[in-house]
Amino acid sequence: MANEATPKSDKPKRKPRKAPKAKPAAPALKSAQPLFETSDWSFDLLRSAYDAIEEIAIGELGLDVYPNQIEVITSEQMLDAYASIGMPLLYKHWSFGKRFARDETLYRKGAQSLAYELVINSDPCICYVMEENSITMQTLVMAHAAFGHNHFFKNNYLFKQWTRADAVLDYLDFAKRYVAKCEERHGLEAVERTLDCAHALMSNGVNRYAAPRRLSDARKRERALERLSYEEATYDDLWRTLPTSDAPAEADDEHARDTRLEAEDLGLPEENLLYFLEKNAPKLADWQRELLRIVRYLAQYFYPQRQTKVMNEGCATFVHYEIMNRLFEKGLIGEGAMLEFLHSHSSVVFQPGFDDRRFGGLNPYALGFAMMRDLQRICDEPTEEDGEWFRDIAGGGDAYGVLREAWADYRDESFIHQFLSPTVMRDFRLFRIADDAEDPEMEVSAIHDERGYRELRKTLARQYDVGSQDPRLEVVEANLSGNRRLVVNHAVRDGRLLDKTEAENTLQYLADLWGHRVKMLETDVEDGDVLVEHDALPRPR
Amino acid sequence: MHIIDRRLNPKSKSLGNRQRFLRRAKADIKDAVQEALKKRKIADVEGSERVRVRAKTVKEPSFVFGRDEGQRDFVIPGIKQYLVGDVIPKPPSGAGGGGQKGSADGEGEDDFVFTLTKDEFLDMFFEDLALPNLVKTQLKNLKATTPARAGFRTDGPPAQLSYTRTMRNSLARRIALRRPKTEEMKALEAKIAEAEAKGDEETAAALRLELKRIETRRRAISYIDPIDLRYRRFEQIPKPTTQAVMFCLMDASASMTEALKDLAKRFFMLLYVFLSRHYEDVDIVFIRHTTTAHEVDEETFFRGSQTGGTVVSTALVEMLQIVQDRYSPEDWNIYAAQASDGHNFIDDMSQTLSLLDQEIIGLCQYFAYIEVDERDIDQERFQSPLWSGYRLLEERHKQFAMRRVTSPAEIYPVFHDLFAKSSSSERAGAKAAGS
Repeated sequence: MANEATPKSDKPKRKPRKAPKAKPAAPALKSAQPLFETSDWSFDLLRSAYDAIEEIAIGELGLDVYPNQIEVITSEQMLDAYASIGMPLLYKHWSFGKRFARDETLYRKGAQSLAYELVINSDPCICYVMEENSITMQTLVMAHAAFGHNHFFKNNYLFKQWTRADAVLDYLDFAKRYVAKCEERHGLEAVERTLDCAHALMSNGVNRYAAPRRLSDARKRERALERLSYEEATYDDLWRTLPTSDAPAEADDEHARDTRLEAEDLGLPEENLLYFLEKNAPKLADWQRELLRIVRYLAQYFYPQRQTKVMNEGCATFVHYEIMNRLFEKGLIGEGAMLEFLHSHSSVVFQPGFDDRRFGGLNPYALGFAMMRDLQRICDEPTEEDGEWFRDIAGGGDAYGVLREAWADYRDESFIHQFLSPTVMRDFRLFRIADDAEDPEMEVSAIHDERGYRELRKTLARQYDVGSQDPRLEVVEANLSGNRRLVVNHAVRDGRLLDKTEAENTLQYLADLWGHRVKMLETDVEDGDVLVEHDALPRPR
Repeated sequence: MHIIDRRLNPKSKSLGNRQRFLRRAKADIKDAVQEALKKRKIADVEGSERVRVRAKTVKEPSFVFGRDEGQRDFVIPGIKQYLVGDVIPKPPSGAGGGGQKGSADGEGEDDFVFTLTKDEFLDMFFEDLALPNLVKTQLKNLKATTPARAGFRTDGPPAQLSYTRTMRNSLARRIALRRPKTEEMKALEAKIAEAEAKGDEETAAALRLELKRIETRRRAISYIDPIDLRYRRFEQIPKPTTQAVMFCLMDASASMTEALKDLAKRFFMLLYVFLSRHYEDVDIVFIRHTTTAHEVDEETFFRGSQTGGTVVSTALVEMLQIVQDRYSPEDWNIYAAQASDGHNFIDDMSQTLSLLDQEIIGLCQYFAYIEVDERDIDQERFQSPLWSGYRLLEERHKQFAMRRVTSPAEIYPVFHDLFAKSSSSERAGAKAAGS
């Protein structure tokens, strides 16, 4: 899911890992009147719940959020929002229709329930809540999304760097109208073909590492002029009289040099395939380039979310957990509501073991929440072990401050690398498996013991590094003047090749965009051996 | 903080997406729809349908790692008794393959299943179908009109006010009558202030007089006058509608087994849904016959049972009678579809053929004969009485078509063949190939 959505689980779950223990020093002022007694919600109740939450979130947790816009929607509208990857407005494409049909079927069958909420990284922060939630759930949702996610969106460095919350809605509106206009002018099919291609390359549409400084157009023109004047200044007619073709090897050299120069001009190697095609594909019309840019914008907008799944959900879950408990302590919500909250909270942070039928990988809510609760514990009541592992923060108090700093300056990979403690590893009973495709069996290569902690932490951190989890592809050669061939290289690590059919289908789309032959190599990073070669010719339009 | 109630916003925001998706998967959906007809009971020909679309059709590929390639390490939770170095079997591929976080978005190669609504189902079903030779456009029955833009008028509802026209008139009038502009007035006021500042009372008084004149004039010549107003005008253009009637003739005799009746009914049901869906103004007449024929309502036609011998001409006579009484051939496009197992009293054949040949086919835009037969035999060698008789008609009348149906699966193709939107020449070609 693109924007953050909390899954709703109907299955009864065990008790939460950490029962809400009343803080010893908590001011147990139960005198306040509960905000609500029944489970129905009304707009007035929403408002008063929001105000109570805000007081705790800003005043006690010290959160810093975009202004909120809470929107109440129906389940059908939630399905709509799902279909358009969580965006409030998006251009039309069949794949969103497919997603809608799939989600609707699952939902009607009861196999999948809808998220309670959906929140959009925008300024103001739009937070959808479903009308069928009870007031307890609405309170939970507002604490989770309108404050937890919202704070994370506003403060995390990746979001600051990659997205512009104040501009996203305007841009989406532009994109939607632009695509509609293209459909009108160039036909549904032509637009669909281009978007299909662009979507296929969407995950190759971001610059993973710090965006290289690109020469601006003005600078480029300047450089071209400089080169020209240099050639003029050093021109000597005598060179012309020299025989040039006597050594073919020299011509080859020259060819190699031309290729190299061209590659340099194009800024190769280029990992952002969509960017490269948008700027350099010889046969694309202007509107097609604009479509690529739109898809690239989306890819970039979602890139921070992919990198901060654990942190983002952990942050929101931690925030709602703290806020709900504080509301309870203040006597603003009753025991019934608290039980309802705990039931739903514990199913959200439920982590089945690897051999459980329900297992589907590590639950980012569970891991993020556990790590943040653990950080809080380390700050307040550290053990001896924590002292060794986290010298800087153990026992230092000010857990909220430490967490706020972590939320601002880390992403999943670095956060786990820095803060995954032995306690959490033990609680989750983590272990590491070494899997070689050639062996019929897998081996347990580390477990949660003294020798294994650091190994586990390193591997788990890498597991959350989007850069190493996605195939690393680059445009390495592009001939713009001759045969116009494009060469893309996949840097293969640990022998992990691409899925053959998927790769060939995607390459076909790439060739359709490029308009000429495209070759893809899969090269081993270690020894530079070419392991596999794919080849695609554009399909006739 | 704002709370906004979006529940009443327009629904189905993703309708456009759905239409694009259906278009994309059209070929698959059409197959599925045809398949559905075979299995459906007559009672629920009209209804929603679960449709299976091949994974290939709606695939969204991307560059991802292969499932079984190379070496990788991953961390998973829930260890119980393992120690380092223990060897564990691999889970069967696909079943929670542990730490498979990176692999696509969880979509396997499985086919894609979803539900078509009733309307979508029927749209797919009857796409490219139309009544042939719907030529007698009868302008007497002018029920429908469509509004069409037709210039402007000077009065009308506020919603139809044309701002551009109104403002154009206003501007023209203001220029023609030399209405003093606001700027002129402002300039004058500035001059007055200037004069007053200088203490030049005389000029100021003159200017004030001038200002007053301008103000009066501005009041007299309004910015927008009722005579400027223009409203968009619409004319109700009568839409020619065509009148058509479809006669459904079915043999209900004893030789028609339940299975055959079911086949025939399926055909008519399809015809009925098709007509009632696409042609609001099509009348449908149901005639059921054994040795006698009766006009019946649709409920009896599809669900009633009756047995007896077979005299086809009775149905034809009944049809003629109805045409005479209610559907004058000058005003109506007349269609007929007949379904039978091919049996008829031998004595009746000559009358049947002459009725058809000389009267009925002449009246009809199109006459389709469906022979239902469970046996899959060479129809050239074992011709039923009706079939061999009708063969002669088919050669002489181009608006006569005949087909054989032996199983529910064939109904849709035959139906499609009979009513496909194509020129009559193509249909004739298909007929030649079919017989």
